[in-house]
Amino acid sequence: MASTLAKDGNNVSGGGPSIPVKLVGEGRGKSRVADRVYDIALFLASLVVLAIIAGIVILLFRAALPAIERYKFHFLFTTAWDPIHQNFGALLYIFGTIYSSFWALLIAVPISLGAAIFLSELAPSWIRTPVSFLIELLAAIPSVVYGIWGVFVLSPWLNQHLETPIHDNAHLAKVILFQAQPQGSDMLAAALILAIMVTPYITSVSRDILRAIPRVVRDGSFALGATQWETIERVVLPYARAGVIGAVILGLGRALGETMAVTMVIGNSGSHLNLSLFAPGYTMASIIANELPEASTDIYRAALIEIGLLLFVVTMIVNAVARLLVLYTAKDINSGGGRKA
Amino acid sequence: MAETISKNNLTKNLTVREPIIVDAQPVNTMNVAALNFYYGKSHALHNISMPVPKQRVTALIGPSGCGKSTFLRTLNRMNDHIDGTRVEGSVELDGQDIYARGVDVVELRKHVGMVFQKPNPFPMSIYDNVAYGPRIHGVTNRKALDEIVERTLRGAALWDEVSADLKRSAFSLSGGQQQRLCIARVLAVEPEVILMDEPCSALDPNSTFRIEQLIEDLATRYTIVIVTHNMQQAARVSHYTGFFLRGDLREYGETSKIFTNPNDAETEAYVSGRFG
Repeated sequence: MASTLAKDGNNVSGGGPSIPVKLVGEGRGKSRVADRVYDIALFLASLVVLAIIAGIVILLFRAALPAIERYKFHFLFTTAWDPIHQNFGALLYIFGTIYSSFWALLIAVPISLGAAIFLSELAPSWIRTPVSFLIELLAAIPSVVYGIWGVFVLSPWLNQHLETPIHDNAHLAKVILFQAQPQGSDMLAAALILAIMVTPYITSVSRDILRAIPRVVRDGSFALGATQWETIERVVLPYARAGVIGAVILGLGRALGETMAVTMVIGNSGSHLNLSLFAPGYTMASIIANELPEASTDIYRAALIEIGLLLFVVTMIVNAVARLLVLYTAKDINSGGGRKA
Repeated sequence: MAETISKNNLTKNLTVREPIIVDAQPVNTMNVAALNFYYGKSHALHNISMPVPKQRVTALIGPSGCGKSTFLRTLNRMNDHIDGTRVEGSVELDGQDIYARGVDVVELRKHVGMVFQKPNPFPMSIYDNVAYGPRIHGVTNRKALDEIVERTLRGAALWDEVSADLKRSAFSLSGGQQQRLCIARVLAVEPEVILMDEPCSALDPNSTFRIEQLIEDLATRYTIVIVTHNMQQAARVSHYTGFFLRGDLREYGETSKIFTNPNDAETEAYVSGRFG
């Protein structure tokens, strides 16, 4: 057989019409100009995205420069916010952002992980699909809608059914977290609304991470006589750890930067650092949203813009870390390990 | 070319185990009777009846999709984890039906362990991988665990390669080492039966050779059922062979008989390499 092939090699292709091979010519592969134009167009499109980010940083920095030069690092560590005497410090707002996000995550993380584990490991498929869809739908609701609900439903409800009873209880009222006259629009409302807003994000990213773990890993545990819960706790969650942490940080990034809904429910007042959940507060985002339109002097505007710059940098870093963790886990799972335990 | 080579030539090329272990009356650890299996409406296994002889290696062979892996997974109820599956018939382990009401699958899987196609170590150290089974079954004493880890790693012919650093991540091992670790992990639970689902298909020839040696060694103490695509492997390591085709068990018998003188025409065609 081999020798016959060699003899009439021209007929290898099964006796088709013998068109002479022509490698040099003006075929489709030669229209280099169109290819080149296409390449450049796509490259420019991607460049636009980078240019926008760079532009934002540069413009924010230039606009904030008067405040940066005047207040230096004091800006980060003082709570004064006095437009009349032009005395500005952002500590109150930095604290408000971190504190509200902290409580939001404390509430959202257990719920999100519970939901993600349920959807990935336990739920039958007729529950999994519609519930996953609804959760993703939650993430698409505009934040102003959450804000309206917060103002008209959540805040009054909290005030009436949670805060006032706690405040009226002599023992509970002494706890530092509850020391303030409850008014509904406060840190607690902001933390809760943030928790509700970040839960769909953390849930859906965590669920995707858990679903990416190969079945054979779970099977290995079941085959050793492990129960469902032992398998989840000792094998599935450790496998997904970095990615789930990434999902949580992604949620944190959302919570730090969320503006509209928080501004609508946090109360937007306060002059000193207050750990009470019943006291109104500010976040970096809410102070900008509230005061930028009425910032009458250049230095006032520069101070607000510096807060914006800080917020931008922090959320960029938080998001970058989160995405790296998620990416790292996904890659790790796909390559079947290679991670140092 | 294929048609010029007689089937006798081909079967001669397979190394068939010398019939040293022909049991006059094999003792059966497991016994499968009239087993039917369904994935939803699809009828995947048809009325399978087959023994699993004690402390012998039973190979399951057949072309892809013939049901041999599905069958293997019915032996420790791994199919329970797949939605919409249904089992009829009985699978007995030491005389008890594992599908009877009230059977604890956790307890069952302590007796019937499983090694998978792709090595699937857990994301933890070598030590913790092996200690995983004993720990979930309640062994907490450090000395007892140390002893189990060493004994089973030796049993899986891995101890000499890893004893220097048991705290290393299991992922740092090679594929063949990972598979031996997975075998050690199963041994640590002290099962009676070990199911192996194409344990060498992801390994290089050298690692395959080591696993095969290990299987022969383990067969002196454990009952082993191995699914394999590799007919030479079935011929080399097994005492008994079942040939599956389209969800039927076409033929079951001593490996030497299946490979040299099968009763069924399709078994003969398969083992002589004419399809599959």
